[in-house]
Amino acid sequence: MNQLGFPILSLMMALPLAGALACLWSSAATARLIALAITLADLALGIVLWLSFDQGASAPQWQFTEYAPIFGRFAWAMGIDGIALMLIALTVFLMPICILASWESVQKRVSEYMAAFLFMETLMIGVFTAQDLFLFYIFFEAGLIPMYLIIGIWGGVNRIYASYKFFLYTLLGSVLMLIAMLWMAREAGTTDIPTLMAYNFDPKVQSWLWLAFFASFAVKMPMWPVHTWLPDAHVQAPTAGSVILAGVLLKMGGYGFIRFSLPMFPDASAQFAWLVYGLSMVAVVYTSLVALVQNDMKKLIAYSSVAHMAIVTVGLFAFNQAGIEGAMMVMLGHGLVSGALFLCVGVIYDRLHTREIDRYGGLSINMPKYAVLFLLFTMASVGLPGTSNFVGEFLSLMGVYQASSWVALVSTTGIILGAAYMLYLYRRICYGDLTKDDVRAMPDLNAREIAILAPIAAAVLWMGVYPESFLAPMRADVRAVVARMEPAKHPGDAHLTAGKPAAPATHGAHGAGHGEQGAATHEPSATTEHAGEAH
Amino acid sequence: MIQIIVFLPLLAAIIAGLGNKALGNVPAKIVTTGALFISCALSWPIFISFLMGGHEEGFVVPVMTWLNSDSFNAMWELRVDALTAVMLVVITSVSALVHLYSWGYMDEDPDQPRFFAYLSLFTFAMLMLVTANNLLQMFFGWEGVGLASYLLIGFWFRKPSANAAAIKAFVVNRVGDLGFMMGIFATYLVFDTISIPEILAAAPNMAGSTIGFLGYRFETMTVICLLLFIGAMGKSAQLGLHTWLPDAMEGPTPVSALIHAATMVTAGVFMVCRLSPMFEVSETALHVVTYVGAATCFFAATVGTTQQDIKKVIAYSTCSQLGYMFFAAGVGAYGAAMFHLFTHAFFKALLFLGAGSVIHAMHHEQDMRYYGGLRRHIPITFWTMMAGTLAITGVGIPGTLFGFAGFFSKDSILESAFAAGGPGTFAFFLGVTAALLTSFYSWRLVFLTFYGQPRWAGSEHIQHAVHDTHGHGHDDHAHDAPADEGPTHDDHAHDARGHHAPVTGTAGYHPHESPWVMLLPLVVLTVGAVFAGFAFHHFFIDAEGGEHFWHASTLFFDEHLMHASHEVPLWVKWSPFAVMATGLLVAWLAYIKNTDWPAKFTAQFYVLYQFLLNKWYFDELYNAVFVKPAFAIGRFFWKAGDEGTIDRFGPNGLAALVVAGGKVTRRLQSGYVYSYALVMLLGLAAAITWAITR
Repeated sequence: MNQLGFPILSLMMALPLAGALACLWSSAATARLIALAITLADLALGIVLWLSFDQGASAPQWQFTEYAPIFGRFAWAMGIDGIALMLIALTVFLMPICILASWESVQKRVSEYMAAFLFMETLMIGVFTAQDLFLFYIFFEAGLIPMYLIIGIWGGVNRIYASYKFFLYTLLGSVLMLIAMLWMAREAGTTDIPTLMAYNFDPKVQSWLWLAFFASFAVKMPMWPVHTWLPDAHVQAPTAGSVILAGVLLKMGGYGFIRFSLPMFPDASAQFAWLVYGLSMVAVVYTSLVALVQNDMKKLIAYSSVAHMAIVTVGLFAFNQAGIEGAMMVMLGHGLVSGALFLCVGVIYDRLHTREIDRYGGLSINMPKYAVLFLLFTMASVGLPGTSNFVGEFLSLMGVYQASSWVALVSTTGIILGAAYMLYLYRRICYGDLTKDDVRAMPDLNAREIAILAPIAAAVLWMGVYPESFLAPMRADVRAVVARMEPAKHPGDAHLTAGKPAAPATHGAHGAGHGEQGAATHEPSATTEHAGEAH
Repeated sequence: MIQIIVFLPLLAAIIAGLGNKALGNVPAKIVTTGALFISCALSWPIFISFLMGGHEEGFVVPVMTWLNSDSFNAMWELRVDALTAVMLVVITSVSALVHLYSWGYMDEDPDQPRFFAYLSLFTFAMLMLVTANNLLQMFFGWEGVGLASYLLIGFWFRKPSANAAAIKAFVVNRVGDLGFMMGIFATYLVFDTISIPEILAAAPNMAGSTIGFLGYRFETMTVICLLLFIGAMGKSAQLGLHTWLPDAMEGPTPVSALIHAATMVTAGVFMVCRLSPMFEVSETALHVVTYVGAATCFFAATVGTTQQDIKKVIAYSTCSQLGYMFFAAGVGAYGAAMFHLFTHAFFKALLFLGAGSVIHAMHHEQDMRYYGGLRRHIPITFWTMMAGTLAITGVGIPGTLFGFAGFFSKDSILESAFAAGGPGTFAFFLGVTAALLTSFYSWRLVFLTFYGQPRWAGSEHIQHAVHDTHGHGHDDHAHDAPADEGPTHDDHAHDARGHHAPVTGTAGYHPHESPWVMLLPLVVLTVGAVFAGFAFHHFFIDAEGGEHFWHASTLFFDEHLMHASHEVPLWVKWSPFAVMATGLLVAWLAYIKNTDWPAKFTAQFYVLYQFLLNKWYFDELYNAVFVKPAFAIGRFFWKAGDEGTIDRFGPNGLAALVVAGGKVTRRLQSGYVYSYALVMLLGLAAAITWAITR
């Protein structure tokens, strides 16, 4: 069966499901305890999963596989590779934190709330483990239902509008993706994801399939201009909802790209790389500037998420090892850091019940512990070396530089703008004098809050100082994706021409900003080498 | 050993920072200061062994894997060679002295453990920077010192001006970092490695090759070097990216001495020297370095002549001296650049700490118009600052070995620039002009502060001190309530434009000399400022000695240029001396002999004076071109883009249609979930139908 001798993936999904049912018939206090116990148990299983995951050179790509036919071609097919493993680890790590974060702030319909979270955990793990196309689809779409409920029932004043927006955006993408999946299953004669990843679809059809999947993933990501649901959803969601939304649900879009779009439609991915680059470049500059002028803490962080996710998309479409590994690291780092930032917002929201930045100020004075942790997460969000986000941003930008120096340059401006809006936020909340009486009365972090934030802080630093722990399990899988895309790849615009050229050949690709053009105008010559290509 | 030097300050920072209040002031101070003195004591033997020629080459101590991706490998590792050794002693010595000095300077502050933790954290990051063996670790240190600088500039975080300065420093530096990062990307693309020795070995082979960048093709090494140089410009406050440095003076004065004078701001110079074999491949890049350095050197010196705030004068002076170092590197005299970095660290730290001692004595008044006549009240501070001034103005007799530290290094730079020719000639003339201005503003500072009649009565800080803390010490609450002080500084700055006649008189105030913990570092640094040039010039800039010393490092040492610099015409050798004397004379005439001259001058050349006083209007320009538009565009994107277009025609438009269509929205929240589930189920039904009927 697998190296553990029991179906660990199914168990990790069954536990929260059972817990969810138990919660529904429990009192509030019991439900909290059940939820915490279950999520901690899943975390323990996740650690077991990671430790027993074979990272050796001869290890199979798909591990812990399970297969049980249901009917027709429809099967309970599970299995993970290193990429999925990391995202599962992120999920099970964040879940107990979410439960603890809701311990006191949620007082309404607690049993249902805990059940919704546990149910969501099942579905999220399902997304990352499913090896059957339709199984994936079910988890992918159903995972959003508990999220709707969480926003719609336990959300803020405008929760209806927010969940409605979420719904509208997601609907269109899902329908298109489902149609594409049906077509693919019919064409390839299988719904097995690993098989499909190696199936060569006709390049003409690939374009349509790619666009259909793109419609769904771009919304989940979210990419500009289909990002406007995110700020509203975050603003209205309860703290733990925001954490899961930013921490895990947004990663489903990136996971979709890496699992479906890139390996299944490599030609279309190369063909549409310019579209992804273009939207991402706009997103980095546009949403960063929008973040700069926000006066709502959650909105600011939500917009910053869009900018960070744009770094993920440029990295994914860099078509090389560094780009994709970087994109994965940004996803993991952002999952931790933005989750932590939302928790930080939650901490002070619980005390003052407002998200308006200007209502705060001077918190370093009366909440020093909070100020330290918030500073750490702010710096991580800014991408300071030594923290998780730097590793990812650096790698994905370095990867995309090999594809296009223009894209790299524009995307890298994110480090300037990111510093501007995050430090401006931090200054308005933690620095300045303590002038408002209600702010002065706010107590510092209590033990529960430290217990929530400290593990994330440790993980953020671990990821920044020794990212090898996280990169090693994914290396072979990313290499496989890169190898799969290699034939479709365009040469970058920055390639080196060695020797002493008589006259530097000026390219006409000026201002274009995509590798495609560089390829079109580049004259092949014996002295040309494509430096830095992934092998 | 090198591990202890580097990581002990980190450990101390963690202990003091996390221990904070629970640990208490004195233990936190002992831990951090003790750690730095140990690091310092361990660094000097390394430096001396390199001086003695004890190492053929540098060595590298691996610590841990950091970041691997495909062929990209970055380790945590500590490189020690002659270049590192120079930086080690500069950093640990100045840092240890600044730690000690801060015992006195920050004595009244309620937040001391945090301050000392930041100082030690800074030292750690700076040490990581100079021991880097790959570009990524250098970038780690680069950003680490940026973080520490941000935290320390904003240390008195209640003050709005300090917060603004901190953010400005970080963000402007990030503009440079953009260049640095792009430079690393390009380096990796070209060389397939970011290990510094490997790059430097391969760089000469890249001569003549071209690389695509932003759609055009350029010389490979020019692109890489200029991208990296943008990073250096940011960190070392070169013209264009210099605006953060004067504002950084909002930080406590020991911070200005350590970070914004002696160490962090020289990181750019260090980087260019560390990568000198790369820069040597690209003539264009070297020319740019020369021009930027020379322009900064001149620009900052002009602004320095008009500033009223004692720290601002020294800040612009730093900026100007960094310009010297850069154009020295640009003309190929890396040894001279490093030598000036070395001597500058001593005399500039001395000047800043001396200024801190003055500020301490004057109850946190920083405006020199309210000083005067202080030399009798704080004699030790006076004499040490005198030594610093003699060093920075380069007092010494050409052709002999009699001279203060700056004499050796600055004259060597000017002579090398002249000998190099080309852009070097341009740099030489700007450099000599800047030396004239340097002499003038340095002596102006001394005369305004220590000579003439006391003008203390006009100072609000002094008034405060006399009225509030009547009877007890002279420095009671200044640190506790920095928030009150922010606006008053600004007021002074505005006053400056109104040309108020200074009020003479002491207002009954008695300045006190600083405690010994502050004076001891001053005295030690004085020794450096006086003798560092004489003691070390042989190793840094002498043709044979330099060749021997720098051989054990990556630094590109041009023996011929150093020979040529000794052969320059006599007038070239004497011109720095002549301008130094002229500057002194003018300053003496204007601030001691005829004290009405400055007012007359400013009235006569009002436009020029305003231009210089307002720092060539860089801040105003950047505000109008970058800061304000960024906010305006952000607001526009938000209101007109997101809300006005995307939402209006997207979800809201659809909502309107739905409402008009059939009042479905009544069912709202649950309604949507149901309809969503319905769509999903329909899809599933289709899928299953297909699966079964197939």
